[in-house]
Amino acid sequence: MSQDIQTGYLNMELLRFTTAGSVDDGKSTLIGRLLYDSKAIFTDQMEAIEEASKRRGEEHVNLALLTDGLRAEREQGITIDVAYRYFATPKRKFIIADTPGHIQYTRNMVTGASTANVALILIDARQGVLEQTIRHAFIASLLNIPHIIVCVNKMDMMEYSEEVFESIRVAYETITAKLDIHDIRFIPISALHGDNVVKRSTKMDWYEGPTLMYLLENIHIANDNNLVDGRFPVQYIVRPYSDQYHDYRGYAGRIAGGIFQKGEEVTVLPSGLSSKIKSIDTYTDELHEAFAPQSVTITLEDDIDISRGDMIVHKNNEPNVNQDIELMICWLNEKPLALNGKYHLKHTTSDARCIIKEIVYKVNISTMENATDDKSVKMNDIARIKIRTTKPLFYDSYKKNRITGSLVLIDEGTNETVGAGMIV
Amino acid sequence: MTQTTHRNINHLRELESESMYVIREVAAQFEKPALLFSGGKDSIVMFHIAVKAFWPAKVPFPLLHIDTGHNFPETLTFRDELMEKTGATCIVRLVQDSIDKGKAVEETGFSASRNKLQTVTLLDALEEFKFDAAMGGGRRDEEKARAKERFFSHRDEFGQWDPKNQRPELWNIFNGRKRMGEHFRVFPISNWTEMDIWQYIYLEKIAIPNLYFTHQRDMIIRDGVFLAKCDHIPLKESDRVANMQIRFRTIGDMTCTGGVESPASSLEEIIEEVAATHTTERGTRFDDKRSESAMEDRKKEGYF
Ligand SMILES: Nc1nc2c(ncn2[C@@H]2O[C@H](COP(=O)(O)OP(=O)(O)O)[C@@H](O)[C@H]2O)c(=O)[nH]1
Repeated sequence: MSQDIQTGYLNMELLRFTTAGSVDDGKSTLIGRLLYDSKAIFTDQMEAIEEASKRRGEEHVNLALLTDGLRAEREQGITIDVAYRYFATPKRKFIIADTPGHIQYTRNMVTGASTANVALILIDARQGVLEQTIRHAFIASLLNIPHIIVCVNKMDMMEYSEEVFESIRVAYETITAKLDIHDIRFIPISALHGDNVVKRSTKMDWYEGPTLMYLLENIHIANDNNLVDGRFPVQYIVRPYSDQYHDYRGYAGRIAGGIFQKGEEVTVLPSGLSSKIKSIDTYTDELHEAFAPQSVTITLEDDIDISRGDMIVHKNNEPNVNQDIELMICWLNEKPLALNGKYHLKHTTSDARCIIKEIVYKVNISTMENATDDKSVKMNDIARIKIRTTKPLFYDSYKKNRITGSLVLIDEGTNETVGAGMIV
Repeated sequence: MTQTTHRNINHLRELESESMYVIREVAAQFEKPALLFSGGKDSIVMFHIAVKAFWPAKVPFPLLHIDTGHNFPETLTFRDELMEKTGATCIVRLVQDSIDKGKAVEETGFSASRNKLQTVTLLDALEEFKFDAAMGGGRRDEEKARAKERFFSHRDEFGQWDPKNQRPELWNIFNGRKRMGEHFRVFPISNWTEMDIWQYIYLEKIAIPNLYFTHQRDMIIRDGVFLAKCDHIPLKESDRVANMQIRFRTIGDMTCTGGVESPASSLEEIIEEVAATHTTERGTRFDDKRSESAMEDRKKEGYF
């Protein structure tokens, strides 16, 4: 048993994925199926949905009810926010960011996509590639999700036909060719009957690829973090003021990129001063090296004035330092983006204010074309904008690093998070 | 020079790193945070991560325990020992005081519980100490209503939670900005499951109350639930009392925490048992059986 723990439980990876599909593509059924077939559903949960299915007069147990959220939504029968689900297999622990696919919910998909390693995109085999499908692909590429899995669902309703699957695959690939997507796979499935979800389908011998679960368990994610460019946003200053650690001054934070090693030369921004890493401390050990996404405390050889919002970086590999920044923004709030408006801004561990200088263009997400004449940016719109900040940010392009390349805008009156920005 | 080969951490280390980040954000963004401590495994794990996050300094905020008066005595002993060992401060506020002041009304009847009353005491304590953020050990996998909960959960000046008015959370950017009088509940271990918690306790060798391990105890058998026999639970005609070999999967009030028959005496055995069980932790809790939306209703009122 203890050997089991060492080689099994303690050796699992964490994979986060997000789901996208149009209404009725079978997303809830698919998630229900994954949870059910991986035995993540407990008897009391199962009993509850059996009862609910009966109350609603449905003849089968509706697996989709498992992922149903708050009561208001249950009553309206729709999902209006990102919900998080969990399951595990002996290989991996999975976090699903379950987002509704409707056009109005671009902001939800963006939210779910922001932390995902993988996007699961559903297509109804009867419908093929729709406008919404294109939108989902665009968002996945904009948010730089490393892997995309396209599930062509309801294959049972199309006689499990290879031609249907192949024509959808070709149509999808043609449309997404101009997007920056590195790793994309296609799987024919039936969420309702379970074909190629966890168990291999016996009805589609022509398909030689893996099942969805196999892919989720084996897709290579160890390289999803940037391990090249050392970025350590300082989050908190640790000062014990105790006899034992009298002069201790540690910089606590979560590594946003790269690998940091003891003894290595680093530069501190904004001061530009250099020092060497004296130690990388955790509660139990002193580490020889640490890497993204570890949370650690770093001490330096030299006494430099460093505070929250500063960044420790590899020497000779510095991020951009600038107050004029161009970014793609997804608008999250009912109150539209205001040109020349001022917003509070959060970027890594640093806070600033900014002014919106220019709306360069708005994206028509359904055609992926840039509309330069219509510049009103409303909720769920995506646009390219220029801002100027009150102090320099230390950033990389979002394509290079999803942590140092992302920021949010906050309304200074309501304190709501109103915009999600990806630096170009 | 650093070489770029593969680097990987296991799921527990990644969850730990995320939780540490959240806890440090709380310390950095709020003026007066507190960590809600119940003596249960989730809050013990949360506190353990907080200790790691600030080491070698002490945890820069106090713990707050809302004591219903219906705790297992073992929980209180454990709490006091843990505080002594770590040098942390724990503020205790009693539900009994809220009742005595007439702010909360005791439920009556056989299944009376002080679970709901805790909210009053908690909100009063937040007010008394002017806490602007309270960290809780809630996990999204526990209950449907929690699946959409944010890490940083905004509460209005009445401590209420409005499911329609929660801020989007993207990447690892947390927005704790607020107006006077408003505060936040923060859930640093949102992404952990029951299994993760047990594996982590095992990995980190974290001490937990012995209630979690098998022991002999007099239990009241009521409607298929096993409740610990104690002064707080009046006996019904239909109740049966038996001495059983029992352990608890969650630790809350004696009045509503059901035990499970189990021989598990070590963490390895508990992990094995959790892997094989077919009911959720909350399935053993009496309070959630009241209605399908029970948790959601309590949350709106400001419950943990
Ligand atoms: N025949 C068939 N029906 C399916 C399949 N997947 C989902 N459905 C049905 O399609 C309808 C919509 O599914 P649901 O999961 O609620 O869709 P969502 O809106 O994307 O979450 C339901 O009636 C499902 O039973 C499938 O693979 N085959």
